[in-house]
Amino acid sequence: MISSFHRLRSLCAIALLFISALTFACSGQRGGEGEGTGGAVRLQGAGATFPNPLYQKWLSEYGKLNSNVRIDYQSVGSGAGIRQIQEQTVDFGASDAPVKDDDLAKARGGQLLHIPTVLGAVVLTYNLKDVQQPLRFSPDVIADIFLGKIKTWDDARIKADNPGVNLPAAPITVVHRTDGSGTTAVFTDYLSKVSPEWGEKIKSGVSVNWPTGVGAKGNEGVSGQVSQTPNTIGYVELAYAVQTKMPVALIKNKSGNFVAPSLEAVTAAAAESIAATPEDMRVSVTDAAGANAYPIASYTYVLVYKDQKDAAKGKALVDFLWWGIHDGQSFTKDPQYPYAALPTEIVSRAERQLNSITSGGRSVRGAQ
Amino acid sequence: MQNLQPNIPTPATTHGASARAWNWRRTFAPTGNTGDTVFRLALFGAAFFLMLVVLVMIGAMAVNSLPSLRQFGFGFLTSRVWSPISGDFGALPFIYGTIVSSLLALLISVPLSLGIAIFLVEQAPRGVARPVGFLVELLAAIPSVVYGLWGIFVLAPFLREWIEPFLARWFGWLPLFRGNVTGIGLFTGGIILAIMITPIITAVVRDVLAAVPVSQREAALALGATKWETTRVVLNNGAPGIVGAIILGLGRAIGETMAVTMVIGNRAQISASLFEPAYTIASVLANEFTEATGELYLSALIELGLILFLVTFTVNGAARLLVWSVAHRAGGGAVGRA
Amino acid sequence: MTSDSQIKSAANHRRTASSVMTTLTAICAFFAVTILALIIGYIALRGLSAISFQFLTDTPKPVGEGGGIGNAILGSLVLLLLASVIGLPFGIAVGVYLAEFGDGRFASVVRFVTDTLTGVPSIVIGVFVYTIIVLPMRQFSAFAGGIALAIVMIPIVARTTEEMIRLVPTSLREGALALGAPQWRVTTGVVLPAAASGIATGAMLAVARVSGETAPLLFTAFGSRFFNVYLDQPIASLTVQIYNYAISPYDEWHAMAWAATLVLMTLILAINITVRFFTRKKI
Repeated sequence: MISSFHRLRSLCAIALLFISALTFACSGQRGGEGEGTGGAVRLQGAGATFPNPLYQKWLSEYGKLNSNVRIDYQSVGSGAGIRQIQEQTVDFGASDAPVKDDDLAKARGGQLLHIPTVLGAVVLTYNLKDVQQPLRFSPDVIADIFLGKIKTWDDARIKADNPGVNLPAAPITVVHRTDGSGTTAVFTDYLSKVSPEWGEKIKSGVSVNWPTGVGAKGNEGVSGQVSQTPNTIGYVELAYAVQTKMPVALIKNKSGNFVAPSLEAVTAAAAESIAATPEDMRVSVTDAAGANAYPIASYTYVLVYKDQKDAAKGKALVDFLWWGIHDGQSFTKDPQYPYAALPTEIVSRAERQLNSITSGGRSVRGAQ
Repeated sequence: MQNLQPNIPTPATTHGASARAWNWRRTFAPTGNTGDTVFRLALFGAAFFLMLVVLVMIGAMAVNSLPSLRQFGFGFLTSRVWSPISGDFGALPFIYGTIVSSLLALLISVPLSLGIAIFLVEQAPRGVARPVGFLVELLAAIPSVVYGLWGIFVLAPFLREWIEPFLARWFGWLPLFRGNVTGIGLFTGGIILAIMITPIITAVVRDVLAAVPVSQREAALALGATKWETTRVVLNNGAPGIVGAIILGLGRAIGETMAVTMVIGNRAQISASLFEPAYTIASVLANEFTEATGELYLSALIELGLILFLVTFTVNGAARLLVWSVAHRAGGGAVGRA
Repeated sequence: MTSDSQIKSAANHRRTASSVMTTLTAICAFFAVTILALIIGYIALRGLSAISFQFLTDTPKPVGEGGGIGNAILGSLVLLLLASVIGLPFGIAVGVYLAEFGDGRFASVVRFVTDTLTGVPSIVIGVFVYTIIVLPMRQFSAFAGGIALAIVMIPIVARTTEEMIRLVPTSLREGALALGAPQWRVTTGVVLPAAASGIATGAMLAVARVSGETAPLLFTAFGSRFFNVYLDQPIASLTVQIYNYAISPYDEWHAMAWAATLVLMTLILAINITVRFFTRKKI
C-alpha cells in the first residue's frame, strides 16, 4: 500500500516538472500583443454562429496570403460577441442584427463601427412526406401559422397559395428556437413588419415568447427536429436547409411574387434597400421591395472600434476586413457557402467605414 | 452496527470542555509539534480559501441580481411568466423543472448504481470487475454535448416509439403519463441525467463498499447470513459514504446544462405530465445568458443562478435530514455525522 | 415456538431472496454495460470514418478541406494538467480537513458549501472566472480556463477524499500514533497512502467530468485554430472543437465531432488506466 503511494508521488512529481517547464516557456515570452512570437500579430474575434463557416474559410485563405497574421474566430452567438467587443476582450465582434444604441453606448473603447460582410437568408423548412414540390406561403399565412391561428396543413389559406397540392389534414407543429439567436431576431423582425398582431403582441428580438410550438436548440436542433418529426415547420439559416437537403418554401414578397431563397434574391433584397441604408450601415433588409427580392434576408456585421489602440493590430484587422469585403466575396460562389455577396454600393460604403478607422490619430489604411 | 468512524483524539475532545473561549494555540497547535501546526494551518487555509471563493461568487451574483430583486421581490419565486420582451420574469417553472428532473434522475440512478456497485464488489469475478469498472467510469468522460446529441438522435426516438406509448397505455390514468408523446420532455431529461450520474454514484459506492473490512463480511457469514444479508450488512457499514455519493450525483444532476437542454424541450411551463417539455435553471442560463441584453434580463438570469444555489442547499439539507432521521429510527450510530 | 418447518421455510425464503437480489444486481451491471455499448457504438458509428493520422495531428481547416484536432488534443491536455495541478492538491487538502477536523461547526459549514458547489452549473463558474480573471486581463487565456475547470473539480475531489479517508480503519491510525508519529505524519504517511486508491477514484471522476465541459471554456479559454501552449493566450480544446463542429450544418464536420469524442474518451481512458496503475494496492 505504501509503495503505491510512492509511485503516485513520482507520477505527481513528473507532472509537476512538466507543468513548470510549460510555465517557464510561457513566462519567457509575452507573445500575442503584436510583438513576440516571431513578429506575428494575433487577433481574436467572437460572435455570430451564422457566418462561422465562411469566416473560417476567410481566416484560412487570408492566413495563406499573410502568414504573419494569426486570426481566431469563435462562434459564441451574436449577443456574446457584442458583449466581448464591448469589454474589449476580443479585437472584433460579429453580430447578425445591428447593435442597438444603448449597447453601443456601453462599448468601452469608444465608437463601434458596423462593417457588413455577407448576407444571409432565413428560410422556412417543413416535413410533409407526400408533398413533392416546394410550398408557397404568403406573409400573413406565415405569421398566423406561428401565432397558432392556422392549425392544420389543409387550411384554406395555405391551399389558396398552393393550388393543386395534396396537403394532409394533419395538425401543424411549429418548431422554434429556444436559445437566443440572430436568426430568431431576423425572422421575428420580418414577422413584425408583415403582421400587426405579431408586432404588437410578440415583437422581435433574439428571444421571444413563442405562442405555440416546440423548442429546439440551435439551427441544427431545429433542422434536426423538423427532419425527424412529420408535419412540422420551422425556420433555419439557408445553409442548414441546403446541407441537410430539406425542402425550402417560397415566400411572397412585397411586390407580390413568390420568391425562392436563392443568393441572387438575397442580394436583390439588399440592393433594393440601399436607399434606406444609413451611413452607419445599421439597417434591416427584411420585407424588401423589389420584384426578385427574398423577404427574409439580413446582413451580418463585423464590429470594430473606430479608434484602434494598437497600430499594428489595427492595420492587420483593417487589411483583413478590406480583403474580406473584396476578395472574400468570391467564396460565396462556392455551393458549400450559401451566403450572398454584398451589393457593390454597399462595398463602397463599407470601404468608407474602414478608411475612417484611426490609431493614434492617424488613419490606419494610410495612403492605400 | 457499531460506529467505526475514526475519531481523531484531539486534546480539545479528550479534555471534553467545549464551552471554553476560543484559543489560537488550542485550535492550531494543540500538540506543540511544529509539523502539526503547519499541517493544520495549511488545511484550514485551503478550506477557508474555498469558502472565500464561494462567498465571492455568491456575493458577485447577489450584487448583479439586485435590479431584478428590486423589481420583482419575492414574487419572482412564485411567478410563472418568463418574457424577455415585456421584461416580466418568474422562476417557478425553472425551479419545478430542475427539482423534478433531478429527482427523477436519482430515482432511476440510485438503485441502478447500487446494483452495479454491489455486483462489482461482492459478486463479480476479478477479471470481470476491473474492466466493467473502467467502462462504467468511462461513461463519466463523455462530454455533455455528446450526451445531448445521442439523446436527440437515439434516446428520444426510442422513448417516443417504444417506452412512452407503453407507459401512456398502461399508466395513463396517472396524470404523470398523460399528454402528447413527442420524445422530448421531462421524462427524457430525467433519463439522460440518470445515465450521466450513474457512473459517479457507482464509482464512489464501489470504493466505499470495497473499503468495508473483510471482518464485517466474515462475521455476518459466520452467523449464517445469506449472500444478500451479508451485502446488507456491508451497505449499512458504508451508509455515510453512500449518502455522500448520492449527494455528489445529485449535484451533477442539478447543475447539468448541455445534455438536458437538448432533450427537455425548453418550455417554461409547469405540467403534471412527465411527457411535456419543461425548463431547468441550468438550461435557461445556458440558452439565454450569452444573448441576453438589457440590465433587467441579465439580472433576472443571475438571480435564477442564485436561486439554484438555494435549491441545491435545500435539497442537500433535506437529503441529509432524511438520512439522519432514518438512521436515528433504526437506532444505529452508523450515520453519525450531521 | 418455531417449528422445524417454519425455520426451514424461513431459510428457504432468505435463500430465494438472496438469489433474486444477486440476479438483480447482475442485471443492473449488464444494463449499464449495454447502455455504454449503445452510446459508444453510436459514437463510433458516426465518427470512426473520420479518424486518420491527419485528423489527429492537423489543425482545423475550412469545411471540405479536411483538417484535424491536433491542436485541440494538445490544448485539452494542457488545460487538464493545469486544472489538475491546481484542483487536485486543493481538493485533497479540503477533503483531508473535512475528514480530520470534520466534527466542528466550521467544518460542517465547509462540507455543506462543498456539497452545494457540486451542484453549480459549470456555466456559472465559467462566468465567474470570466468576471474575475478574463475581464481584468482583457484577454481570454488558458490560465483562466484551467482555473474554471479546477473550481469544478475541487468539490468532487474534496468530498470523495473525505469519504475515503473516513473509511481507513482506526487501527491503522492508532498503530502509527502508538509508534510516536506526530499527527501530521500519521495523516500524510499512513492514512493518505491507505486511501490512495479511493482518492484516485475521486480524482479520476473529477478529471473525467471537467474533460467533458464546454460552457466554462467558451468564456475563459476561448478557442484557437493554432497550436498554442502559452498560458496567457487562448487555447483550443477538444470539447470546444466538438461543439463548433456539432452545431454546424455540415455532415463532414458532424462526423469529425463524433470522431473527436472518440479521441477524448480514449484520452480519459488512458489517463484513468495510468493513474490506476500507479495507485494499485500491491497485495
